[in-house]
Parts: sequence; C-alpha cells; structure tokens
Amino acid sequence: MSSTIQTKFSRRSFLRTSSLASGGMLIGFNFFTACKDTVKMPVDISKLDYNDFNAFIKISKEGMVTLFSPNPEIGQGVKTSMPMIIAEELDVAWENVNVVQGILDTQNYVRQVAGGSQSIRFGWDALRQTGAFARQMLVNAAAAKWGVDASECTAKQGVITNAKGETLGYGDVVDEAAALEAERAAKRKALIESLAEGEQPPAETIELKDPKDYTLIGTDVGNVDIDKIITGKPLFGLDYKAEGMVYASVLRPPAFGQVLESYDDTEAKAMPGVIDVIKIGEKAKAMLEKEQIDWTAKLAPSEKVVVIAENSWAAIKAKKTIKALWSDGSPLESTKAHDKILMDLLDGKDFTNLRKDGDVKKAFKQADKVVERTYESPFLPHNCMEPMNFYANVTDSKIHLVGPVQTPASAASTVANLLGRDEKDIRLEMTRMGGGFGRRLYGDFVYEAAEISDKIRRPVKMFSTREDDMTTGVYRPAIKYRIAASIKDGEITGYHLKEAAVGGNMYGLIPNFFPAGALDNYQVDVAKYDSNITTGAWRAPYTNFLSYAEQSFLDELAEDMGKDPVQMRLDMLEKVKGTTDDRIQYSAERLQDVLKLAVEKSGYRTPKDGVFQGVCAYYCHNTHVAEVADVVMKNNRPVIQKITVAVDCGIVINPLGAKNQIEGGAIDGVGHSMYGDFGFENGMPTANNYDKYRLIRMNETPIVETHFVKNTLSPTGLGEPTLPPAGAAVAIAMKKATGNRMYKQPFATNMASKPILG
Amino acid sequence: MPTYNLKINGSSQSIEAAEDTPLLWALRDQLDMVGTKFGCGIGQCGACTVHVDGNATRSCQLQISQLDGKEITTIEGLSEDGSHPVQEAWKAIDVPQCGYCQAGQIMTASAFLEKNPNPSREEIRNAMTGNICRCASYNRIENAVAKAAEKKMA
Repeated sequence: MSSTIQTKFSRRSFLRTSSLASGGMLIGFNFFTACKDTVKMPVDISKLDYNDFNAFIKISKEGMVTLFSPNPEIGQGVKTSMPMIIAEELDVAWENVNVVQGILDTQNYVRQVAGGSQSIRFGWDALRQTGAFARQMLVNAAAAKWGVDASECTAKQGVITNAKGETLGYGDVVDEAAALEAERAAKRKALIESLAEGEQPPAETIELKDPKDYTLIGTDVGNVDIDKIITGKPLFGLDYKAEGMVYASVLRPPAFGQVLESYDDTEAKAMPGVIDVIKIGEKAKAMLEKEQIDWTAKLAPSEKVVVIAENSWAAIKAKKTIKALWSDGSPLESTKAHDKILMDLLDGKDFTNLRKDGDVKKAFKQADKVVERTYESPFLPHNCMEPMNFYANVTDSKIHLVGPVQTPASAASTVANLLGRDEKDIRLEMTRMGGGFGRRLYGDFVYEAAEISDKIRRPVKMFSTREDDMTTGVYRPAIKYRIAASIKDGEITGYHLKEAAVGGNMYGLIPNFFPAGALDNYQVDVAKYDSNITTGAWRAPYTNFLSYAEQSFLDELAEDMGKDPVQMRLDMLEKVKGTTDDRIQYSAERLQDVLKLAVEKSGYRTPKDGVFQGVCAYYCHNTHVAEVADVVMKNNRPVIQKITVAVDCGIVINPLGAKNQIEGGAIDGVGHSMYGDFGFENGMPTANNYDKYRLIRMNETPIVETHFVKNTLSPTGLGEPTLPPAGAAVAIAMKKATGNRMYKQPFATNMASKPILG
Repeated sequence: MPTYNLKINGSSQSIEAAEDTPLLWALRDQLDMVGTKFGCGIGQCGACTVHVDGNATRSCQLQISQLDGKEITTIEGLSEDGSHPVQEAWKAIDVPQCGYCQAGQIMTASAFLEKNPNPSREEIRNAMTGNICRCASYNRIENAVAKAAEKKMA
C-alpha cells in the first residue's frame, strides 16, 4: 500500500521559515513551499538546459540527475543516504545520479545540521516528498505532451510510460515539468498570501511509495565520494584553496583561565614566509560581554595572537617563536580539584530534579538492601582527524566562508553579528569533514577565520595544529554518576540516579530513557560545577558515559539478586509496555527485540569455552540497540574479541553505510571507555598529541557483527546510538573475565595496577 | 630560500622552500597535492604516509632537504586512475566513513603488501596499527587489505 502524505503549511509557518529552530521538516523545506520574496525562483527559464528543478534536484536533457545533499557530511554517510531517499521517490537509476553538497541555504533547506543523529529522521518525509513531487511534475508534463491523463502514466527509473506503451525520458520533458512546477509554485504562493493570519491553506497531497516497492532504499550503495577519497582529491576543508589565500595559525592561551597580557613578535615577523603578526579577539570579547555570541571557547575572554604566513609551515614555525605573557583571568583548574568537587556535589544536597516517580526515599527505607555505586569518567577531546580549520574571505561587499562545520546556519549568523554585517552577504560552503563527533557543532574556528580575514582583508585559511586542536577544545565534560537502588523480596523497588558534571548537565530527554518507566520509584537529580574549561557535545552526549554506568549497575543488581541479566531487563521492559506516560522516549517492545536478537546472534546462551560475554540494551537518539561483548583472556590479559550489535533504526536506507556507522560507533565506544583519558593541571590539558593521548588502534579492535531488526518504521539515525552500549558491554564482560567490576573510565588506565592489561 | 628538486610520482618537481620544510607541507601547500593529510605532525597517526623508495614513511617527519635522489610516491601517484589493487579493494569494501585518514591507510597498506603479499590477519592488524582511523573503520580496513592481497595473488 502506498502512503499519501498531506503537506500542511500555515501562513504563520511560512513567516518562521528563516528560523532553523522552528525544526519543522516541511516548513520552508524547498521550492514547493517557498513564498518569500527573497527566494530565487528555482527555475530560470532561460537556462533550462540543465534544470534547477528545485533546491534538491537538477535534471539534464540527457536524463542525468544531480541531487543536492543538504546536510553537512561528517562521515556519517548522509551525503549518500539523503540523496538516495530523493532518488527512490523520484525513481531514477542511481548510476545516473550525481550528488553535490548543497551550500548553506536557509530559505530552501531546513535543519542543515549534522548532530544528534537526526539528519535522516528529520529528512525522511521531506526528502521523499521532494522526490515524489518532482516525479509527479515530470509525469504531468509527459501526460500533457501526449494529451492523456496523468493517471494513465507511470514513471520508473527515469522513464515515463503511457497506456499505449509510449515512453518519454525525464530529460525529454524536464523543460515542461519545470515550467509546470514554477506555475504551480506561483499559484501556491498567491494562494497562501491571500490567506488571513492563522488560516490554513488546503493541504497538498502526494503519493509516496510503499516500502515494499523500494528498489534503491535498502540496497547497498557505496560512498558517493569514494573515488575522490581513494585517489586523494581535494575534498576536505584543509584541502580548500583560493587565489591569493594566506595561512593563519592562532596562538591561544595555553591554560583555561588565562588571558593575553602582552607579546613579542619580533622574531616571528622576521622569519621567511611570515607576512604579519596580528591580534584578534576584541570583537568576540565585546560580544561575549554582551552575551551576544554563543562563544564556545572560554578562551574567548582572551585576545589571541595570529601569525599570517605564505604557507602552513612558516606559520607553525613562527608561532613557536612568539613570546607571550599570559595572566590569570580566572582561577586555573585541575582534574584533582574537579574530582573532589564532583564527589562533594554527589555527597551534598544541592540537586536539580529532572524526573521523580513514586517515592524513592520510602522505597529505600523499606528495602531489604540498598546498593549504591559511583561511576567516574574523564574529560575527552574530540580528536577529529582533520584539525579545526576554516577559510574566510571578507570583503566590503561579500563574506565567503568555506570549510567543515556541523552547524553552518548558526556559524554564518554569528559571523554576521561579530563583524556587524548582513547575513545576506555571507556565502557559506560546506566541505566534507574529517570527522565531527560534536566538535564542529561549535563555530569558534569559523569566527576566528572571519575575524582574521576581516582584519587583513585577504582570503585566509585559519588552521589548527593537532596540539592547538587538542588543547583548545570543547571537551566531553568530566562526569560522575552515583546510582542507588533498593532491593526488596528479590525485586528492584527504587532507583535513584545522581549526576555531577563539570560544565553542564544531561539534556532533558535522558531521564526518560530506559530504565525510566520500568520502576515505580525512580528519580533523576543533577548538579553541576561551572568551570572555565569549555565543555560540550561529544558523540552521544552524556549517554556515551551514562549508558555504561547504568547498564553496569543493572548487571551488578542482577548478579546481586541472582537473576539472569537478560531476563531481568526483559521483565523490566514488560512493565513499560502500554505506558501512558508520554515522556517515555523509547519503545519497550523494540528494546526487548534488539536485546533478544543480540542474545540470539551472539550465542550468549551457549558461550564458548573461555569466552566471557557482557550484554546490555540501550536507547538513545531514537534508535534501539543491544550489544554483546566477547572477552577472552590471552596471556592473563583480557582481549575484546568481538562485539555483536543488534539495531532497530527502522527502515535501513543504505545497509552498507549503516553498518559502517554501527561498526565505527561500537569500536569508538570500546576505544574511549578503554583508553580515553584527559584531564587538566593548572588549567592546562594533560595531553596535546597522540603520543600522550591514546586512541584505539587496529590491533586492539574487536570484530563487530551487525544485525538489524527488520521493519518498515520510519528510519532513525546511526551516527551515535551504537557507541553508548559498547562501554557497558565491555565492562560487564570484563567483570566475568577478570572478576573485577569497573567503576572508572578509562578501564585500561584504571586497571593498570592489576597486571592484566597493557 | 633554497631550491630542491624532488622526484614525486615519477616526475621531477622543483620547490623553493626553507630546508626544514616537512615534505607534507611542501606537497600540500606548494605542489597542490592535498591527498597526503595532516593529522598530528609528530608521526603518530599515519595520515601523512607516503612511499619513499617503496617504504611507507611519515611525510610530516621528512624534511625536503633530506630527499635528494629519493623516489617519492603519494596517493595521487599510487595509480593513474584509482586502479591499484588496494584502492580497488577500498572501494569494493566501501571502507571510508569521514575518509580523512584513508589515503594514509592506503599508502601503508600498499607498501606493506609489496613486502608481504600474502599476509595473515594478524600480520595485517599489526602492519596497520600505526595508522589511526578516528571513525574506527578498522574492520573494513582489515578486510580491504586482505581482499587486496587476494587480488594481488590471483
């Protein structure tokens, strides 16, 4: 059965189209809904040879299709999967499709953000509609040409066929289709403008395919940039070059809390290749003081010294010769102090309550036993392989920005504010990104590049070295969780989770993830310590650590009560079924199903000799995941051999790409829980490069085996959800293998005293 | 500034640069060959790997003044059209996520397979351990190296 989607827009919705925060997936999504005067008509009749069919689709007379991928590509695969969705409904052969990264265009696209694993989920309906509308217009045009009714015609793989069996290619009717489309859009625009405030225009309907008829969605499609990647073609921000471009390396305070006092650039200025040494930061500082800028780096209170050079190496070398004096603008913090502060917060009473069901206190009082455990995690840098960088060319008339950023719209608007310019003057192009992991949600490097170019009035590439990147980051905050549970008559009767975090606390949805809803007495409280160290989103924010804490805790409770950890979770989830609590975010059925699938596929019930398995199930970012870690002992050391992952992300758009995300997420989760260690001493990061900061490498990598729960539910994202369960599955398997529970990440460091890990 | 003549991908390139300029930056900034990536600058991540006389080498650690008479191959010169068995295996397995580290991975893998055309899985894992993939596409890298080896042997 095919589905018909009604697209509804109110006049009020239209007025909000420029606001990304409106979040509506249909509003202002594309040409069909655009009614603003500023919107360029997508069809330039004089240039119909290669049609701007709409903001997403171009079709040439030869039938070749160009699809614009709206969202930033950080390695999560949306540059392949989002156009696949359009192509499915448009019904074109994938080999005739060329994919191009769309630029920042707040009029025609919505939510051009790479973050929260939301691109596919938000794009699903709108991308299907855009393809379906375009296909319908092509069919209408062909029908008009033949003088038949459109309902007698079908479109398939770029070819329209009528009842007599005559055919026309999309390219044969693209001029007419585009003209029809322009006419339709103009009518729609006029209709909407004639409506009174609040009056709803009649819905437009479009027929969408039944998932069982998909010929592209659900098939393995290779990365659209693969040829460029394997041959080393320019793709990334750091690869971008423009005529007359110079290179800028920024000297930022070495410690959080410090500000620039003075500097001596005599030596730097005399070095070959150095063009100038300048200072930036005044504008950002002024804006920060007025709270006008979402300035992520708390380094912003400081001015910065910038070396402008003819090439990268000259800039890097010259920066090292600058003698800067820094003073303490605010107290310099250390991990040791944070540890105590967070413990004190957990011991204290000053919490904000995020969810409270029943009466935890009473349950604890009446319990046979109360189990309480504390879990600790360090800060983590993102460590994108491509260090932060951006190109900016600020002139009197235009601002041209090019580079890797997960939030192009907010970056552009901040640059406009910062430089006192009109946002319309800005053209922002997104490059492929050498990783994001949350770091590129924060546009500090864009603002720096823009401010530098504004000052020197030249095209410039601001680039960070690895040391700059690791030491002036926006870190995963150090967090400690304390979880207590009451046990009565062999059942969990109460559950109390407390969070103490440096920087910021968990977002509001998290307290409604599993095990919320499964326990009558359930409470989540949070407390934070305001630090001058910048913290922010890091792949699967909060859950990247919380999942390990909660799932390890549940395993310990099961052990304590002599219960099977799988059955205990299934039973807990059984209680959630049919819940009327609409705050609950997950589906108990779906979480049960992934857990059962992981158990089945991993051979959990029939473990091999010498293989220790840890199992967990977790929901975050709208996707349900269960993982089983296999640990074996080799030379008296635990080795993580395999991770079995069961995933329910609804319809899998591109299994080849989806599995890549799943594998990467699980290994990333293993790697950071095993090795990721980062802290501060007197405001200075304790590591600044890969010789001091350990990332997981090939010889430590488990094999990841992926299994999907097959269904036809709307798709959800995969960039994050498989990371959080991995650390938990490993910790639980390690307990079985070594006898030790792990309460502190990273496991490798914190087990180092015991001679079982290298 | 001194001038250096380097033999890169079979052709002679003249570069005027400071003698301590790492090959990495000479390639990227001066020769517009940006396939060789900057990752760490201290030889720890492998993103900048090139071949020097057939050996996988970190180009961030090589000064252009030390390369007289050496045969340098970069990702751009590994094959004319992406048809090197390692590149083809990378494509068949669809290895990359973000893709940034992959040129370095491919250069390490291709030099390794020249020396050990029929490696065990263990040997592959050890050989590739110097190259970091932050997206953790490690399973696919391993599979692609194994596939390329099969192809070379065939």
